[in-house]
Amino acid sequence: MGKPTGFLEFKRELPSDRAPLERVADWKEFHHHLPEADLKKQGARCMDCGIPFCHTGQLVSGMASGCPIHNLIPEWNDLIYRGLWREALDRLHKTNNFPEFTGRVCPAPCEGSCVLGINDPPVTIKNIECEIIDHGWANGWVTAETPKQRTGKKVAVVGSGPAGLSAAAQLNKAGHEVTVFERADRPGGLLMYGIPNMKLDKNEVVLRRLNLLEKEGIKFVCNTEIGKNYPAEKLLKEFDAVVLATGATKPRDLPIEGRQLKGIHFAMDFLTANTRAVLDQHKNGGFIDANGKDVVVIGGGDTGTDCVGTSIRHGCKSLVQVEILPKPPLERTKDNPWPEWPKTYKLDYGQEEAAAKFGTDPRVYLTTATKFEGDANGQVKAVHLVQIEWTKNDKGQFAPKNVPGTEKVLPAQLVLLAMGFLGPEQPLLESLGIERDARSNARAEFEKYTTNIPKVFAAGDCRRGQSLVVWAFNEGRGAARECDRYLMGATDLP
Amino acid sequence: MQTAKQIGSKPPGAPAKQGLYDPQFEHDSCGIGFVVNMKGKKSHQIVTDGLQILVNLDHRGAVGHEPNTGDGAGILIQTPHEFLLKVTAKLGFKLPALGQYGVGMLFLPPNLLERNGVKTAFAKIVSAEGQTLLGWRDIPTDNSSLGKTAVEAEPHMAQVFIGRNPELKDEAAFERKLYVIRKQAEQKIRYGSKLDGGKWFYVSSLAARTMIYKGMLMPEQVAKYYPDLRDESMVTALALVHSRFSTNTFPSWDRAHPNRYIAHNGEINTLRGNVNWIKAAQANFKSPLFGKDIRKVIPVINEDGSDSAQFDNCLELLVMAGRELPHAMMMMIPEPWENHESMDAERLAFYKYHSCLIEPWDGPASMAFTDGIRIGACLDRNGLRPSRYYVTKDDVVIMASEAGVLPIAPERIASKGRLQPGRMFLIDTEQGRIIADEELKKKYTSAQPYREWLDKYHVLLENLPEPAEHTKTSQRKVLQMQQAFGYTFEDLRLIVGPMARDGIQPLGSMGTDTPLAVLSNKPQLLYNYFKQLFAQVTNPPIDPIREEIVTATNTMVGSRGGLLSPKPESCALIRLEQPILTNEELEKLRQVSRPGFRAATLPILFKVAEGESNLEQALEELFTAADEAIKAGANIIILSDRGVSPELAPIPALLAMAGLHHHLIRTGTRGRTGLVLESGEPREVHHFALLIGYGCSAINPYLAYETIDDLIAEGLLTNTDHKTAVKKFVKAAIKGVVKTMAKMGISTVQSYRGAQIFEAVGLNSEVVEKYFTWTPSRIEGIGLGVIAGEAIARHQRAFPREAVNTELEAGGQYQWRDSGEYHLFNPQTIHKLQTACRLGSEKIYREYADLVNNQAKHLCTLRGLLDFKFAETAIPLEEVESVESIVKRFKTGAMSYGSISKEAHETLAVAMNRLGGKSNTGEGGEDPARYTLEPNGDSKNSAIKQVASGRFGVTSNYLVNARELQIKLAQGAKPGEGGELPGKKVFPDIAKTRGTTAGVGLISPPPHHDIYSIEDLAELIHDLKNSNRDARISVKLVAEVGVGTVAAGVAKAHADVVLISGHDGGTGASPLSSIKHAGGPWELGLAETHQTLVLNNLRSRIYVEADGQLKTGRDVAVAALLGAEEFGFATAPLVVMGCIMMRVCHLNTCPVGVATQDPKLRKRFTGDADHVVNFMKFIGMELREIMAKLGFRKLEDMVGRTDMLAPWKAIEHWKANGLDLTPILYQPEAGPEVGRFRQFAQDHGLEKSLDITKLLDICKPAIERGEKVKAELPIINVNRVVGTIVGSEITKKHGPAGLPEDTVHLKFTGSAGQSLGAFIPRGMTLELEGDANDYLGKGLSGGKIIVYPPKGSTFPAEENIIIGNVALYGATAGEIFVRGVAGERFGVRNSGVNAVVEGVGDHGCEYMTGGRVVVIGKAGRNFAAGMSGGVAYVLDEAGDLASRCNMELVALEKLEDTDEIEEVWKLIQRHQTFTQSERAGKILGDWKNFIPKFVKVMPQDYKRVLQSLKKVQSQGLTGDEAIMAAFEENVKGGH
Repeated sequence: MGKPTGFLEFKRELPSDRAPLERVADWKEFHHHLPEADLKKQGARCMDCGIPFCHTGQLVSGMASGCPIHNLIPEWNDLIYRGLWREALDRLHKTNNFPEFTGRVCPAPCEGSCVLGINDPPVTIKNIECEIIDHGWANGWVTAETPKQRTGKKVAVVGSGPAGLSAAAQLNKAGHEVTVFERADRPGGLLMYGIPNMKLDKNEVVLRRLNLLEKEGIKFVCNTEIGKNYPAEKLLKEFDAVVLATGATKPRDLPIEGRQLKGIHFAMDFLTANTRAVLDQHKNGGFIDANGKDVVVIGGGDTGTDCVGTSIRHGCKSLVQVEILPKPPLERTKDNPWPEWPKTYKLDYGQEEAAAKFGTDPRVYLTTATKFEGDANGQVKAVHLVQIEWTKNDKGQFAPKNVPGTEKVLPAQLVLLAMGFLGPEQPLLESLGIERDARSNARAEFEKYTTNIPKVFAAGDCRRGQSLVVWAFNEGRGAARECDRYLMGATDLP
Repeated sequence: MQTAKQIGSKPPGAPAKQGLYDPQFEHDSCGIGFVVNMKGKKSHQIVTDGLQILVNLDHRGAVGHEPNTGDGAGILIQTPHEFLLKVTAKLGFKLPALGQYGVGMLFLPPNLLERNGVKTAFAKIVSAEGQTLLGWRDIPTDNSSLGKTAVEAEPHMAQVFIGRNPELKDEAAFERKLYVIRKQAEQKIRYGSKLDGGKWFYVSSLAARTMIYKGMLMPEQVAKYYPDLRDESMVTALALVHSRFSTNTFPSWDRAHPNRYIAHNGEINTLRGNVNWIKAAQANFKSPLFGKDIRKVIPVINEDGSDSAQFDNCLELLVMAGRELPHAMMMMIPEPWENHESMDAERLAFYKYHSCLIEPWDGPASMAFTDGIRIGACLDRNGLRPSRYYVTKDDVVIMASEAGVLPIAPERIASKGRLQPGRMFLIDTEQGRIIADEELKKKYTSAQPYREWLDKYHVLLENLPEPAEHTKTSQRKVLQMQQAFGYTFEDLRLIVGPMARDGIQPLGSMGTDTPLAVLSNKPQLLYNYFKQLFAQVTNPPIDPIREEIVTATNTMVGSRGGLLSPKPESCALIRLEQPILTNEELEKLRQVSRPGFRAATLPILFKVAEGESNLEQALEELFTAADEAIKAGANIIILSDRGVSPELAPIPALLAMAGLHHHLIRTGTRGRTGLVLESGEPREVHHFALLIGYGCSAINPYLAYETIDDLIAEGLLTNTDHKTAVKKFVKAAIKGVVKTMAKMGISTVQSYRGAQIFEAVGLNSEVVEKYFTWTPSRIEGIGLGVIAGEAIARHQRAFPREAVNTELEAGGQYQWRDSGEYHLFNPQTIHKLQTACRLGSEKIYREYADLVNNQAKHLCTLRGLLDFKFAETAIPLEEVESVESIVKRFKTGAMSYGSISKEAHETLAVAMNRLGGKSNTGEGGEDPARYTLEPNGDSKNSAIKQVASGRFGVTSNYLVNARELQIKLAQGAKPGEGGELPGKKVFPDIAKTRGTTAGVGLISPPPHHDIYSIEDLAELIHDLKNSNRDARISVKLVAEVGVGTVAAGVAKAHADVVLISGHDGGTGASPLSSIKHAGGPWELGLAETHQTLVLNNLRSRIYVEADGQLKTGRDVAVAALLGAEEFGFATAPLVVMGCIMMRVCHLNTCPVGVATQDPKLRKRFTGDADHVVNFMKFIGMELREIMAKLGFRKLEDMVGRTDMLAPWKAIEHWKANGLDLTPILYQPEAGPEVGRFRQFAQDHGLEKSLDITKLLDICKPAIERGEKVKAELPIINVNRVVGTIVGSEITKKHGPAGLPEDTVHLKFTGSAGQSLGAFIPRGMTLELEGDANDYLGKGLSGGKIIVYPPKGSTFPAEENIIIGNVALYGATAGEIFVRGVAGERFGVRNSGVNAVVEGVGDHGCEYMTGGRVVVIGKAGRNFAAGMSGGVAYVLDEAGDLASRCNMELVALEKLEDTDEIEEVWKLIQRHQTFTQSERAGKILGDWKNFIPKFVKVMPQDYKRVLQSLKKVQSQGLTGDEAIMAAFEENVKGGH
């Protein structure tokens, strides 16, 4: 079925984004939709491969290749080509509880391993996914489905981020009574506070789904941190099973001179406070404002980009994003062959906005900060940077080395540290007596998710370490399956 | 001497079933002939002539490893009364008059004591039957010329004489009594008794009118062995002879022909079903002629007999029950009447009526039969065996598989003819004349008012009244039912949807690499445990599309009876046009209210709650219910699973159907009822094929229909409605079933039903014996418990605790899915393999190999279940044969240029040539430019040149440039099927290479039209060896049960290499059902082959090669240990070159330029010969390491060493647990003299050929210096493939252009053997005064052949047959002029020869793609079937060609164009010049009046392309450019 020659006839096409200078004036999502006719053509580009690498979800050279939740991509590409939106939505929901999230925020390893990508631009899988679910919501096809009967088993899910939500959704479907604990004031975890509104709209997208989950019978308990204002023992006593999905929220720090200065923040604090302010319509203040400041973002990943986009919306004066790695090549290198995750140069939304505003891509590569310089008030006023090169150390590992004579000082009143995360916060795990692995993650086998404590399961970043939202979905669903098997002796969950 | 206590001796025969060898798969085929004096004048000359025919058919028989042990030969004659009087007188008893006594020709134990015991027992039976035993005679024999094997098994030959009791009124009654005696003697002495030596007992003949002398003899040994036959008083008016070619050479005296009534050349494909139907019927046999005696002849069929013997058993019964022999033959081998355009109504009624009594015994057959007074012959409906006859002016008729078996002076000959498909030919010595087909059949068809009977009793389904009630649709949701029956989304997308949309079977590519059903972790439908069998070598598959005239899909339900005592109401059955029913049709049956019919619906469900054990109970209940229903008079039993509910799961429909079928056979009631299925389960071709194959008359796949409705409702199927979509689905299913039958060479659904053409893989013997009786299942497997468990698992998906996962599963059988079936080639293995070979990284290769080899997590293949038994101390690696030496045994698979791109094809060739291995052209020919070395020294010349059924590009030049010539009999992806390359894929380069026209579609026929049997294969091997004496001849087979036996036959046919391909390989396009379900794993096929070859002591004569998804060195090591010394790879090298298993080869859209001809896509090809070299070396490296650990220095040492393998102990798999791999690891007992790998060259016997003995010398000046030579020589039928060696020398020396016309001119006089002038190049002219046999001008490559009747012949040349069947097969260039009529299939796949002939048989110009054929006489039926190119001009004086022409691809036009008229005139004129044809003279003399009588048969696509070409040429384009432009214009035109 489908159109075998579509890939020869049509070019890759994504919906245009809103103009950068227009969109930085608000917090709304920045993508347009593609007209249906064009979208069909994009669906037709899918080759319906004998082996759809897009759907594989394996680790190749340490990076995700293909979809970790094994979305049935060729199936719904074909359905979209044929205009069968409802069918496509059903096939999409079969593997993915929340396509509106992945369709917006996933880095799309599927496209990196799309077979067409061997010698052509890949199929616009992520966009098609997003359109399918948006279409579904718009048509009222996404409705609350409550289980026919309840099992009488109670399950606690700790953490309401991607892993927690997907676990909760699946467990609820299986008829269990699910309570989700969240320490923040709103549920959603990373989806709520970690990702800025312009990438993932909180009211229109996140809350829409959370409301539906509530309607389906999931109980969300916010402002509740297990081990702090809710005893861990109580949790174990009151619930038949517990799924830990607390994420990897311990940020990587930069312990250099001047780190204690005011105005130096972890990216997540910056972003969380900002989103809360946006949701509260800035009624409560309390966010870190970049307005009028020289901002230096340290870290070139997605979180760094989110800091860039947020700072611009605040109205920052200048912006530099520091990246320790070299500028990636425009095309795959020989040692990064398909279907590996393509380590190539991309201009993400934040950089595009910065370029529009300040004239250049804000990223500086092969650069690291050596020192923060403060003013008399203990407020940061400048960042000292130096260029580095990567050389092999005596153990044969690559390590950065400063290049003498390349030192530079940048003015900065706001410094945002976006260098990734080091694993889960430990107190809860300790209080529950959960064994950890060498990287301080909860020890539980992939696809089994059982910890050393009976009836306690761990899933998502708190088990595997910092990763993609879509891996968290994979783990949440898997943990739900194993939890259901544990509770009922057998499971029908996928 | 033996003591009395010893158990009776037994003749050494075929070894018992052991390992994977099973004697039931033995095949034979042969040459047959007879000679008769029409007036019944007896003479000794007839005996001598018969024996001479036998000797001249010698090449159709075979010898095994001993040159003086034949496969069997014999002669049937009339009882020689005078002779017998003479010899019995000496023994002291006097025979009464002829007709008053019967003679038995018996095989008895050699041991005297045992013999006496047997004789006593026999005598007892004779007297119990009221007859007189007159005496015994020991037949004198001389075994001095016999080989050891034959002597060791030689029985004692004796004659017994039985006097007729005067109470027996007529001779027929006496013959019947003798039959009763024989049947009882067989039962009591040979089969049933504990009598010492009873197993030796065999009755060659026991009759009043005929006698048979036969044995395990070579033709020339017959007369020497039986001195009786040399006695002048041994006289007869008729003699029927037979020379046997068996696949084995195990001692077997009793398998020699003739049988009591027939001698058979061919094979009965539907045997299993035919035998079962007789078994089902025999309990109810009634015959007034037999009376109570009828019980004494049961069982009618001797199970240990060959197919021919079993046919004879049935035929004999029909005759004994009162039918004349021709009448009985018409019942068992009816003409194809169903689709006959011009059969008269009476004959049609006769066949229709008799189809209610018995189904056809279908398969290639030239059957000669006699009752001692009448002798005749008939051909199967396809005409797949040759039979030629001469009638002399002095009343002698000679018929044989070949012309020229007896030297007859031309002036003695009154006429020459051939048997035609479905036709009968009879000589009645009492009437003293030949009775022609028409008259003969008239006699029988008008004997009874069959039409009236049919009108009165026979019911057509469409004439039944509309049902009162209509089917209720399921109360449950379609989705839920789909879950209950294991549907996947893939079933909707790739199977049901496309079938309902397109009306054809869905296609796929790139083979299959999923686990066998028994190794899969997923619940499998029971169908998946069965593999379809297919014909290879010993019988041809057929082409149900192009040869639709012989196929029939109708089927019947109701009670069958009257086989022995037919009554008008014996035809009271309901006839269905085809076996798949709509809901409405099913209701018509269910609610039938006609007298004589009663339907009963029985549920096939079991209780889930009671678990797995309930399945067996439910089946027993079903059987009881069926017994009761039959008792109550039901003759239509409908098995239904409509009642699926949360409590009730469906019994797998196949289990219920086959189980009940066999239950009813056992209880003897099967004939009394028809079985119909109403099930939600079947949805694909394989399902329908299996259900019908196990006895089902009709199927209503209601859920498939509901699924279609659902697809329409959801918009997955558009622009259609329920009715259209269902119609298309049914059409696709039927077409698929017909194709499945055709693969086995079966033409009618009626005889396919119950024929059980399947092998089970992974079912235990308990299940098979009870429910699938007689089905081969060789490695055990799951039982009822797991079968039930799998059904319950599906049921749970439909009725889960909570509906959490209701969407259909993705499937993953055809396309990889994470949640779906495991595939060996998956994202990980592909990535690692490509990376390893591109980077040359040994480390990554090992990671790849580990993923493939370690099947601990995912069982996938049988080899994965085998573990090495490593030696205690490994040998040092450096002592092991080097990688460089190992890789020379590696080959790449046959993939045609056309299926893969030029770039990919050449890359493989270069890589393999660098390694010293071999690449394979595939079946598409090869560009001669590749025979020249590249500037850097690389060679693009494929070492192996394939010769496939299409013969594309097979020219003399192609053949002489090969190191190995491979005859492809089957391919893994679709064994038993032909292929089709649509016009839009025939790009100009491809057309050039294949010698065809760009833009015109090409068809490869399912069979090689020169291989319908094992002796035909021997002939082709011989032909090819003649075409290139330096090349090895290889035969490619596909694994299936019995392939070992076929391979033994191949070895005896003198092939140098036999390749056993696994079912899983295959890169080309193929129906999905074939990719998945046809053929077996190579592990089984290879092991069986090796074991059988060792048993036969033939292994040392032939290389054995294995292929089919070989991926690692470990795979190769297992293959070697199982018996292979050479190894082929196809899929893996493609992956190395960039293939990512898109599986769209059939769509021409390969995005990496591997399997596409699209120039844009070809540019994307990134493969590199170095990468392929890396791959082969990695494999060699891994293999070498395993060899070191096993302790082998040379690969040869490990061939067949299964003792180094053991079943893998760690297997704990819910299904694989039940497997028993010991048959695979079995080593037959054989002495040290028996070689276990190839050690000796085959004796191709070329030194005896006319070319070597005479022609090469004669032609030396021409070959060496291009000088003209001319010579005249006599020729006889044993001079086969004459001229081909000379031709090959010319080509070698002078290249593809050959020599100027007529440089070599050889004139022969006599009857030429087969393949005269095969492959001869330009510059050679062969002139034949006389006649020629089959395959004249096969592969003609530019030469000229002229044939005309002998001077002095008085018969009109244009009315008599002069050349045999399949002339010009695959011919590419040259000319041929035949003054006389040609046999069937003249010009099959001709692509460039101009021919003139004075008449052709059926299927003329089939699959033709080029050239001109002028027929100045009658053309037979199905003319121009599949003819896509070239032009035929037929002189159609009767104006009825249209009715016999297959109009699928051609149109009939007038001969109008002046250039064309001129062209035809010239051809006829040349014909007249060369042959002095009177016919041509007459035509030319009145040319103006003849022109309008010519019909131009013009393929329409070809015409369009020619028009395009003309157009672009008129625009100034020339050469290749013009061809490309014309091609593009055509393709754009949508063609």
